[in-house]
Amino acid sequence: MSAALKSLFKTPAAARLASRSPRALFGSIRYNTTVAGEQITVREALNAAIDEEMERDEKVWLLGEEVAQYNGAYKVTALFDTPITEMGFAGIAVGAAFHGTKPICEFMTFNFAMQAIDQVVNSGAKTYYMSGGSTSCPIVFRGPNGAAAGVGAQHSQDYASWYGQIPGLKVVSPYDAEDAKGLMKAAIRDPNPVIVLENELMYGTSFPATAEMASKDFVIPLGKAKTMREGTDLTIVTYSRPVAFAMEAAELLAKEGINVEVLNLRSIRPLDLDAIIKSVKKTNHLMTVEQGFPQFGVGSEVSAQIMESEAFDYLDAPVCRVTGADVPMPYAQNLESLALPDTEVIYKQVKRVLNIE
Amino acid sequence: MDSVLYEAQRQGRISFYMTSFGEEALIGSAAALDPKDHVFGQYREAGVLLQRGFTLEQFMNQCYSNELDQGKGRQMPVHYGSKELHFQTISSPLATQIPQASGAAYAMRREGNKQCVVCYFGEGAASEGDFHAGLNMAATLGCPVIFYCRNNGYAISTPSIEQYRGDGIASRGIGYGIDTIRVDGNDIWAIYEATKAARKLAVEQNKPVLIEAMTYRVSHHSTSDDSSAYRSKKEVEDWSKRDNPLARMRAWLMNKGWWEKSEDVEVTKAAKAAVLKAFADAEKLKKPAVSEMYTDVYDEMIPELVREKAEIDALLKKYPDYYQVNDYAKST
Ligand SMILES: Cc1ncc(C[n+]2csc(CCOP(=O)(O)OP(=O)(O)O)c2C)c(N)n1
Ligand SMILES: [Mg+2]
Repeated sequence: MSAALKSLFKTPAAARLASRSPRALFGSIRYNTTVAGEQITVREALNAAIDEEMERDEKVWLLGEEVAQYNGAYKVTALFDTPITEMGFAGIAVGAAFHGTKPICEFMTFNFAMQAIDQVVNSGAKTYYMSGGSTSCPIVFRGPNGAAAGVGAQHSQDYASWYGQIPGLKVVSPYDAEDAKGLMKAAIRDPNPVIVLENELMYGTSFPATAEMASKDFVIPLGKAKTMREGTDLTIVTYSRPVAFAMEAAELLAKEGINVEVLNLRSIRPLDLDAIIKSVKKTNHLMTVEQGFPQFGVGSEVSAQIMESEAFDYLDAPVCRVTGADVPMPYAQNLESLALPDTEVIYKQVKRVLNIE
Repeated sequence: MDSVLYEAQRQGRISFYMTSFGEEALIGSAAALDPKDHVFGQYREAGVLLQRGFTLEQFMNQCYSNELDQGKGRQMPVHYGSKELHFQTISSPLATQIPQASGAAYAMRREGNKQCVVCYFGEGAASEGDFHAGLNMAATLGCPVIFYCRNNGYAISTPSIEQYRGDGIASRGIGYGIDTIRVDGNDIWAIYEATKAARKLAVEQNKPVLIEAMTYRVSHHSTSDDSSAYRSKKEVEDWSKRDNPLARMRAWLMNKGWWEKSEDVEVTKAAKAAVLKAFADAEKLKKPAVSEMYTDVYDEMIPELVREKAEIDALLKKYPDYYQVNDYAKST
């Protein structure tokens, strides 16, 4: 090997690394705060939530790949850079959680978390139960989920229904900055393993920060949906980025005298069935909207549970599921957008369900 | 080709690209193989395909997802594949190709046709569990597979020193009882000789071999990466000047008196012209046929898709201008 080659593989970076511990670096990162009245992006809201919780509780720390250098692969705060081993670092996080710390384990995307799903499901979610309640796993698994833009079949899946199936896990999926901050803080404080399914395309979107959000104790209860818009004619149940599309469609429909109620689930598990039932009793129509595949999706579950509840008798039309297309995500941009629900599809489907021209 | 396609991405003409600058000597490994040996790549192995005869047009067609793209426009750029050239389509999740390569090699061994599998991956991907499973299984099952690790110093922003603390990737091969060699990955002849010897071992004795080729990723990781955020410009420049496989090859040929400056200029010029022509041609081609939208999810189209296709076909026939039918290849 040439001398030049040798030098790269024995760099003084070792010295740099030796001094790097999660807490040691803490002082050097920019502290994120939330100021009421200002605009705040989803990314800043997530950063602020993590910063505040790390400040509040010594036991909270962060790990993941491609995190330390970039302040997170997607420029969200992170501190402990790992080798490329999703199964490995998820296992390390689970072990550290068993041992009483509170790791936040960041995946570059949930698509790569499939490599680690045994640690998340078989160990993270079930150990508390199997150990007779003696070993808990206070951990947060987070990262971008669902479709980004133009990254093809292997990088675009929505995992809400995968994790939503597992007893022992809690699963949330924030839409806006308020959700992001409140749900992330709640997830970190929760003693159970919590999956936070973020959306890469929402990171840069700004929302107004409210006075409540500025509080260091602003947490959103897990398992509670939020009514984004009141309506009387039809209920749309959705989560993550499609909340925006549902709101846009509702806006358009309102101009035609159709009043749609939009429920942002926020939590996939526990599912806020009460909120859905209450709304359906009022509107007598239900539509679900998600980016995931149709079969065995979040919408399938919501319809089944509504079918089994007293709300069934209030339905004036069958429940309608609006979902991603039943194909591996196409790479071509035009087909990708056709494979995902958007404002127009929601708008048309609402009219179809209500039998309006 | 790399410069042209990199620029094309910057101009928004394709969505993504990854270059191989600094790692060109990899082509020496391809030259040491039999063309029927099966290749599993990671993504930075366009040189292997080039050596096998994948044409400039084919590279361009894939990156443009046009009607001649063999992948029918379903994959991100750079995720090449060619059944004829025995090159497995690139898959994004890291290291999944490593145990698959062992499995393919095991199947080859059962066929007894004296071929082998070659599996390329980065030193970063070697941290995945699949790497360890793949190597151990290849060793215990006696699979004719050459594991070729491109140790280029970085995995996106993570330098090798933060990826592992052992003696590179080579030391792991020894642990698994695999014949292992570390070579200067910027020396095309060293790579050629090592791969040739590895192939002999694999094919004649049904054994896996691990090659660790030490090189340097001059490129940014991909068009989604700006490496100036984590390494100095000087580091990259120093490498390009001091130890670059192309410069070394050129100097070697010239010292031998086999290569003239004028030839170099001429060949470079001709290559550039060929690349630009292939590029311009690919850009002019139509998009894949609309009918391809329904194929290949299963071997046979499910009834629902058959219905949908009939519906769309009728619409396209009725409103060809609205649907810009002429932008697409003819449907079947
Ligand atoms: C399972 C999985 N995790 C993470 C990634 C994201 N990723 C893509 S390339 C890469 C770096 C790989 O580095 P290396 O193997 O050294 O190859 P190089 O890019 O240096 O050629 C990472 C982390 C991925 N594609 N798949
Ligand atoms: Mg590398």
